Amino acid sequence: MAEVKKYPAPVTNPETAPFWEAAKAGKFMIKRCTACGEPHYFPRAICPFCFSDKTEWEEASGEGTIYTYSLMRKSPTGPYTIAYVTLKEGPSLQTNIVDCDLTSLKIGQKVKLVWKPTDGAPLPFFTAA
Amino acid sequence: MNREAAAYWIPAFAGMAVVHVAAQWVHQLESSRYRLALRNISALAKVGPTGQKNSLQEETSAENDLTIKGKAYIAGIYEHPTRHAPDKSTAQLHAEVAKGAIEDAGLTKDDIDGYFLAGDAPGGLWPMVDYLGLNTKKLRHVDSTETGGCSYLIHLGHAAEAIAAGKCSVALVTLAGKPRTGPMPARAAGAEADFEAAYGATTHNAYGMCAMRHMHDYGTTSEQLAWIKVAASHHAQYNPHAMLKDVVTVEDVLNSPMISDPLHRMDCCVVTDGGGAMIVTTPEIAKSLKKPLVRLIGHGEAMKGPRGGKDLDLTYSAGVWSGPRAFEEAGVTPKDIKYASIYDSFTITVLMQLEDLGFCKKGEGGKFVADGNLISGVGKLPFNTDGGGLCSNHPVNRGGMTKVLEAVRQLRGEAHPKVQVPNCDLAIAHGTGGLLGVRHAASTCILERV
Repeated sequence: MAEVKKYPAPVTNPETAPFWEAAKAGKFMIKRCTACGEPHYFPRAICPFCFSDKTEWEEASGEGTIYTYSLMRKSPTGPYTIAYVTLKEGPSLQTNIVDCDLTSLKIGQKVKLVWKPTDGAPLPFFTAA
Repeated sequence: MNREAAAYWIPAFAGMAVVHVAAQWVHQLESSRYRLALRNISALAKVGPTGQKNSLQEETSAENDLTIKGKAYIAGIYEHPTRHAPDKSTAQLHAEVAKGAIEDAGLTKDDIDGYFLAGDAPGGLWPMVDYLGLNTKKLRHVDSTETGGCSYLIHLGHAAEAIAAGKCSVALVTLAGKPRTGPMPARAAGAEADFEAAYGATTHNAYGMCAMRHMHDYGTTSEQLAWIKVAASHHAQYNPHAMLKDVVTVEDVLNSPMISDPLHRMDCCVVTDGGGAMIVTTPEIAKSLKKPLVRLIGHGEAMKGPRGGKDLDLTYSAGVWSGPRAFEEAGVTPKDIKYASIYDSFTITVLMQLEDLGFCKKGEGGKFVADGNLISGVGKLPFNTDGGGLCSNHPVNRGGMTKVLEAVRQLRGEAHPKVQVPNCDLAIAHGTGGLLGVRHAASTCILERV
């Protein structure tokens, strides 16, 4: 599991550029709508719940729990674990669980954010807390 | 009413009644004579509203309602026998299945006035219409709705809508491709790409995540999932074209290599070259042809995704919405269904769809599929009697077309005798497209033998 995997650099666009700029500074951002109060991920300009344009960036804790996962054993780039993690702030997101024993993961297990480098901004991953 | 019946009827009435009945008889005789004499399909084609009702139209009870119920028939079907096509092009496979379906219906290419295709068709509509040589003077309705594997179920519903609205009368739907021997069609990136692409979601692990959570929430087991593959294999042994014809056991499935937890290799469908096509047409045209009459009486479509990550729940699919829409339109319930074509990209796909469609309660799918309940002649709900995607065919990694085709075979009485459901007059064809654990569509079609 120690081999260094090459991840693609985010392409980014005007809507999401602030997320990636913050990522470069080690900050993990989500969006929250000030009209309905709901947080969401991945970030959008318009709230996917109430359709208000009053969405604001908010730094998330990087703490969460595993909603579900699957250890992909047959892959040309080696085994990896895809997962949905539910953030402490509410939204669930798709990610990989990395840098820990992938054979003993459990639904509901606490995980924390780790960044992995790319040729551009780093990408958010999660590992056992 | 025939001549003899009329001879009895007329003396039984007096005065105006006699005149009225006689007039009806003459009218019906003329209609039936005209119908028998018809050889030109275009004479039966529905046209847009003209303010004058076409006297040849036979009304269904729902004719004037806002529904497609009974307004479109599947007159032609064809499934390519190949599962490995190194010597053919993708466009060629589309042409071969189109030809097969048109000939099955007893029509000609020139009768086609509607064409439906999805992302598997090289270049989309302009290139395919031109390549196939469809009659562009007649072609008046096209649709390239792309929802992955269930595209063709949605096409069937959309074709019925177009036919009901008079936008076309003979619709062709094609699917074909060669994932084993050629490149797969590219897909444009969605808005989520930067936030998800790096994590390597594939069909295997996205469906694996659904199965993992379903097991966690409801106690579903790998043994129960394995029964779905076992049932498919029992059916596939009778399909000479099936890619995998061997009957397997629950133990065989559990002993096959783990691909992406908790899905074993035998929980996964096959990868095949090939394709299929269907002809959807008006009641009048279908009745002028020779095939047993099969019509669409209910259709539903729906979408589901993580939607900002709120209240994520991977244990149900968009089938919870497409199913009730279709059943309501058809006026039937899951209990009425005699045969079910359920997209089986993975065993978990079937289990979740059966729950979502209401064949059992949410969480009880494991018990429902166990002990051969899906095996024709054994269980309560015969499913995928062609062997399905798990054993027979999964052209271009898209299962929606073959789901319709086997349902039509069952309704026509053309399934293999060993798996034919007796008196099969009501069937469901249902599928999902995209990734069940990420973003997907679902479509449900209720089909009836007339």
